[in-house]
Amino acid sequence: MSRFREAEHFDSSGDGPYTMLPWRFTNLRDDQYVVTNMAGEYLSLPREKLESFATGKLAADEATYAELKARHFLIDDDTNVAIDLLALKTRTKLAPLADFTGLHIFVATLRCEHSCPYCQVSRANDNRTEFDMSEATATKSLDLVFQSPSPAIKIEFQGGEPLLNFSLIKFVVGEAKKRNEAARRDLAFVIATNLAVLTDEHLEFAREHDILISTSLDGPADLHNRNRPRPGRDSHQRAIDGIKRARSALGFHHVGALMTTTAASLARAKDIIDEYVHMDFGGIFLRPLSPYGFAIKTKFYQSYDQRRWLDFYFEGLDYIIDLNLGGLDFIEHYAAMVLKKMLTPSQTSYVDLMSPAGIGIGALVYNYNGTVYVSDESRMLAEMGDETFALGNVHDHGFAELMLSEKLLEPLEKSFAASVPGCSWCAFEPYCGSDPVFHHATQGDFVGKKPLSAFCTRNMAVFRGLIERMEADEKVRAIFERWANLI
Amino acid sequence: MIPLRARSIAFNDAAIATGGRIMRLSTNLERPAPLRRSEGFVIVDAENIAPGFAWYISCAGEALKGAALDAPSVELPAEFGYLGDGDVISVEPKSGTVRVLFRRVSAYNHFLLTERCNNNCLMCSQPPRAVQDGWIVDEILEALPLIDRSAREIGFTGGEPTLLGERFIELVRATESYLPNTSLHVLSNGRNFANDRLAASVAAVRHHDLMLGIPLYSDLAHLHDYVVQADGAFDETVRGILNLKRHGVRIEIRAVLQRPTTERLPQLARFIARNLLFADHVALMGLEVTGFAKANLNRIWIDPVDYGSELRAAVKILMQAGIKTSIYNSQLCVLPEDLRPYARRSISDWKQEYLPACDGCSVRAKCAGFFATSGMKHSRAITPIFSEAA
Repeated sequence: MSRFREAEHFDSSGDGPYTMLPWRFTNLRDDQYVVTNMAGEYLSLPREKLESFATGKLAADEATYAELKARHFLIDDDTNVAIDLLALKTRTKLAPLADFTGLHIFVATLRCEHSCPYCQVSRANDNRTEFDMSEATATKSLDLVFQSPSPAIKIEFQGGEPLLNFSLIKFVVGEAKKRNEAARRDLAFVIATNLAVLTDEHLEFAREHDILISTSLDGPADLHNRNRPRPGRDSHQRAIDGIKRARSALGFHHVGALMTTTAASLARAKDIIDEYVHMDFGGIFLRPLSPYGFAIKTKFYQSYDQRRWLDFYFEGLDYIIDLNLGGLDFIEHYAAMVLKKMLTPSQTSYVDLMSPAGIGIGALVYNYNGTVYVSDESRMLAEMGDETFALGNVHDHGFAELMLSEKLLEPLEKSFAASVPGCSWCAFEPYCGSDPVFHHATQGDFVGKKPLSAFCTRNMAVFRGLIERMEADEKVRAIFERWANLI
Repeated sequence: MIPLRARSIAFNDAAIATGGRIMRLSTNLERPAPLRRSEGFVIVDAENIAPGFAWYISCAGEALKGAALDAPSVELPAEFGYLGDGDVISVEPKSGTVRVLFRRVSAYNHFLLTERCNNNCLMCSQPPRAVQDGWIVDEILEALPLIDRSAREIGFTGGEPTLLGERFIELVRATESYLPNTSLHVLSNGRNFANDRLAASVAAVRHHDLMLGIPLYSDLAHLHDYVVQADGAFDETVRGILNLKRHGVRIEIRAVLQRPTTERLPQLARFIARNLLFADHVALMGLEVTGFAKANLNRIWIDPVDYGSELRAAVKILMQAGIKTSIYNSQLCVLPEDLRPYARRSISDWKQEYLPACDGCSVRAKCAGFFATSGMKHSRAITPIFSEAA
């Protein structure tokens, strides 16, 4: 007998029937389907192969069999280590839950010199300080911040325009750094500002303490100024100047920008992206408009449906893909976060794409008056009179009381997409998140009926759109793989 | 370790009377007396022989005299002329053998722990033998305390080191005890670590710088099993990797590039990026055509220039996923230009050579070159590079 045996001898794949591991499927278009495994690995298959696999008839020597096997859709007489690997990937996905609450949002003040119609929370900028956070409230908030088990803590100052209460920012940064000498967390600070009132003193302080700047840039001047009115109608110019000054003072990568989509934005996808390219940003986050606060009151939210937003989104995405094909590295952040879930074993910490939801455990909001909310959206909901997601107040409640409150635990429990009707059998569940605040706001229920959910409609379309694009073009797949690993 | 067993070795009567031993060598005429009593002196110049050493080693081809005449001594053929200060050797007068265990000037010394193996890989360069070779462990345990404690790295190889079970753990512990500044690289097929107890024991040594190099040849179980000629090996190896990593042991994944598996190299890379993203290093390795590789050449040989595009795709997937990746044993001129930065000079100096075609190549000094053991088997694409591009 020879000392070596041929390849066939080792392949017992076809010796008996195969065992399917948990998998789901959905139609992509025509006869083409997407199948996904538990951990989010996917394959695109024609209906005939799908049927053959689903009915136990797929032959071991077919190419599809090998692809399904390598991606842990099945085990057979040859190998069953797929179960260990799926278990590992599931653990990896859920492990970060133990390190909860990395983002802590301090609402330094509700005052703002802008009067954006889509803003949910701001108040006129007069000299009254009743909408400012006090040092006493900030101190109590910091007590809670450092009780989170998260090894990384990011404190973000929001408003209103937080720079209008700069002394509070200085107080919080100083106090947090002092506490961190013992707490030893990976501590970072962000100021979310429109940059209109930015001074050199602000920049010097930000530079000294490595504070990141996050600002708003809605597009070219006419669109930006229409979205973001302020005295002098010069919001855009001030933002552009501020971005340049902040980059010089803090470093290029310490300045980020976010856009808000309004009805007026929908016809301007290309213009908006060009503005970001012109300003030398490495990417853009094409955001949907949230349904809260003034956005609903002023009819902005109802003024266009999800279909129109999706047209806007894909027009923008395709334009960005073209820019990349032409040699410019430029990223669309929403796509990148979804692609990270599709193409890598890692997860995103973007609250809207987390399951269980990121409410409370992804972020906590400390309002100017000490009220603690589970997310930025839930404080906006509160501005409309709905306090469902107000956990308590820093002056009255301790960390355990807040985090173990039924007001947080009940919606969290209902936010495991894998066990929610309409999601549990969805092929895209591994990519999706769960948004109990949105569904409560729009349907009065933490789970909601998915066929009526704009959140579901939007995400399903985005998942399909991304898969279709990378299945159709290897060059697009290469771009997407780069994005998935970049963020 | 240099696995030379010299033929014309002459021990003197005192050597035969005193028996075998493992010792550190010295060339230092000022060596303190307490150390001389346990060391061997390498005679460089017959006029200068320091007295008081336990043994005398001569490669000079001159007759022994003086102190070296009365003490146990051995005359070695000229090929041992490289022996120097700090080297460790084993002498066995009864069987007439001398083996060099450690060379201080070499950047990397490895120890073969056993010739036994539970795989039977198609391309094995060190074919396994089912022999009782437990004495090797004793010898290494004796040698480790003698090794220069500033050595940068040592390696354990086989055979399959984990077949030694508890004695393998004992060896890892000994390197940590006696070489607290030295990296330890272990080549294992990983299968025995599917037993979590062994994985936990290795981790429990808390070695300061340990890396396990474990081969994975395909994303498909049966292809891997075919290459290693062992049914069920894939599942055990993957479970072994998971167990080791769960206990915090660093892992290098090694894939030898050969015909049965190069076609699915991008799929293997994707499998690693998706399932074993925690790998500390991935080494994609050119064939060494010796041992079984020579016997199975028609099964495994593929000209490296013919898998260039698969190799490029695999490296791109791994790098994009943030996994440190290297290409070993490949000549720069055979690699696609964008892969050359990943190529390492991986072939040990004592078995590295170049071809006449390499004369005048501008990047020869950066190139891994060829295994002297591989004979004339090489890519048809070998051609000198006349630029600084690499």
